[in-house]
Amino acid sequence: MTKMIGQRAIASLLSLLGLMVLVFFLSRLTGDPAVLFLPIDATEEMKQQFRALHGLDLPLIEQFGRYVWDLLHLDFGESLRKARPAIDIVLEAYAWTLPLALITMSLVVVAAIVLGSLAAFNVGGFFDRLVSIISLVGASAPDFWIAIVAIVVFSLGLGWLPTSGVGTPWHWILPVAVLFIRPFGLVVQVVRGSMLSALAAPYVKTARAKGVKNLPLIFVHTLRNGMLPVITVIGDQAAAMLNGAVIVETIFGFPGIGKLMIDSILQRDFNVVLAAIMVTAIAIFIMNILIDIAYGLLDPRIRH
Amino acid sequence: MADLSLAKPANPSEPRGPSLLSMLWRDKLAFISAVVLILIVLFALFGPWLLGDMAIKQNLRGRNLPPFSLDRGWQFFLGGDSLGRPMLARLVVAAHSTILIAAGTVFSALLVGAGLGLVAGYMGKTTSQVIMRLADVIMSFPSLLIAVVVLYVLGPSIPNMILVLAITRIPIYLRTTRAEVLEVRERMFVQAAIVMGANHGRIIVRHILPVVAPTLVTIATLDFAFVMLAESSLSFLGIGVQPPEITWGLMVAQGRPYLNTAWWLAFWPGLMIVITALSLNLLSNWMRVALDPAQRWRLESRKTKNV
Repeated sequence: MTKMIGQRAIASLLSLLGLMVLVFFLSRLTGDPAVLFLPIDATEEMKQQFRALHGLDLPLIEQFGRYVWDLLHLDFGESLRKARPAIDIVLEAYAWTLPLALITMSLVVVAAIVLGSLAAFNVGGFFDRLVSIISLVGASAPDFWIAIVAIVVFSLGLGWLPTSGVGTPWHWILPVAVLFIRPFGLVVQVVRGSMLSALAAPYVKTARAKGVKNLPLIFVHTLRNGMLPVITVIGDQAAAMLNGAVIVETIFGFPGIGKLMIDSILQRDFNVVLAAIMVTAIAIFIMNILIDIAYGLLDPRIRH
Repeated sequence: MADLSLAKPANPSEPRGPSLLSMLWRDKLAFISAVVLILIVLFALFGPWLLGDMAIKQNLRGRNLPPFSLDRGWQFFLGGDSLGRPMLARLVVAAHSTILIAAGTVFSALLVGAGLGLVAGYMGKTTSQVIMRLADVIMSFPSLLIAVVVLYVLGPSIPNMILVLAITRIPIYLRTTRAEVLEVRERMFVQAAIVMGANHGRIIVRHILPVVAPTLVTIATLDFAFVMLAESSLSFLGIGVQPPEITWGLMVAQGRPYLNTAWWLAFWPGLMIVITALSLNLLSNWMRVALDPAQRWRLESRKTKNV
């Protein structure tokens, strides 16, 4: 187990380094921040001063060397836009995105396991149809469009929920609901498929013969065996949730990491982009490890 | 002996069972999806040529014209946009870029991914390791964010979008192909081909590829829907296709400021995306069964009831 985690850590570190180099040089190619940040009538002298202040006048390779050196001291640099440490801004954004992702993902897991198991138990029945309809919608409808339609119906039409922003619990309902649909559609299909094969195992017949009732049969006996493939998908979806978060956060004006990344890319705030990408990569890495551990807990055969 | 005669196909003109087309006709949902997709491809091919002028003609009196009225002619049946251009014509014309990007992406990702997958599955361990680690790097990060960074640097244009989206989709084809090749190359007929002296190229192209192809086609159909959604997300964020080019995703973004007064600006293009993606998903579901020899009987048996 420890050895596997170590190997993973090295592989992830390498891809993280590659990503960092790529994003560092690519983002430097987007243009000169001095043009964007200074007023339009700024003299060449002022621009030169701005560049010197932020170390942007040095040769690229020297800039990179300095960046890596600072990084080794856990210094992610300063945000050009807010004149504050980039890492603080990123962590503040994560303080919004993390609860959003956690709430959504917990709802996805609970709903997918319950509905998926019931669908597998009753193939062709009501739950089965409900599940396949939601999955199809999730796979076919762009999330920004669902978000817009939800705003038109629930905020503008019925006036029940606020259109955007944060503050009250009401503000969280639409983002969570929109973010929920796609991962739910995927996870529930896997739950259904894996429970179908788990329910076909001989011990299920034995349990039935002993007189075990339907509900404990599904949720106590079979579920644990049907969970392994589900865990993998949940992990993938949790990482992919960041994709959805970019869209949903932009539309609902939610001050999370997705919105921060888009904003800082468009404003050439290089340090924030880099810090955000690296923190995200580390978060995904930690989550992958947690998933491996969950695997081991569920299936003793993998522990050894 | 009586059993043998029962197993013979009822119609001698169809010695290999019903054709794909008649199987499609029998599954109504899949058939409708196929028809819808053909229509949309026709839009994409001929839309700009037939309705291109109409789609860019501005008419400030028809600004945000409400839908479902024929007073101003059929082209305004779905309403007018913020510059008084007919929505119907714009939807048809936008199919062109939308489908072009999705098709270009899926095709190039399929080509590169399947090619590398065949090599990775067939060749030795070292080659395979290098290729798979590359795929891991691509997959280890949310694709949308990579696309955002790269597109912002390269500049948003249709070829660049195809390039970026294709790179993020390659691992899907690569992994599937490799997994299948690993299994197929151990089968008897491949061994036989080796014994007969066939070279590597011939074995890969003539013996392995045909077995893998149906799976790839099914995945590509499903992926087409995914790529279309990704493209529309990028265009929606403003780093995809730029005006005056239009795609459905961009049209949703352009309609967003008018949500309060003119919901149809953002609603129709989104609905087009949903209809197309839904058709692709349904058709892909059908293909998964129809193209798989082991599962095909599910569709065939409906007609020949005595089997």
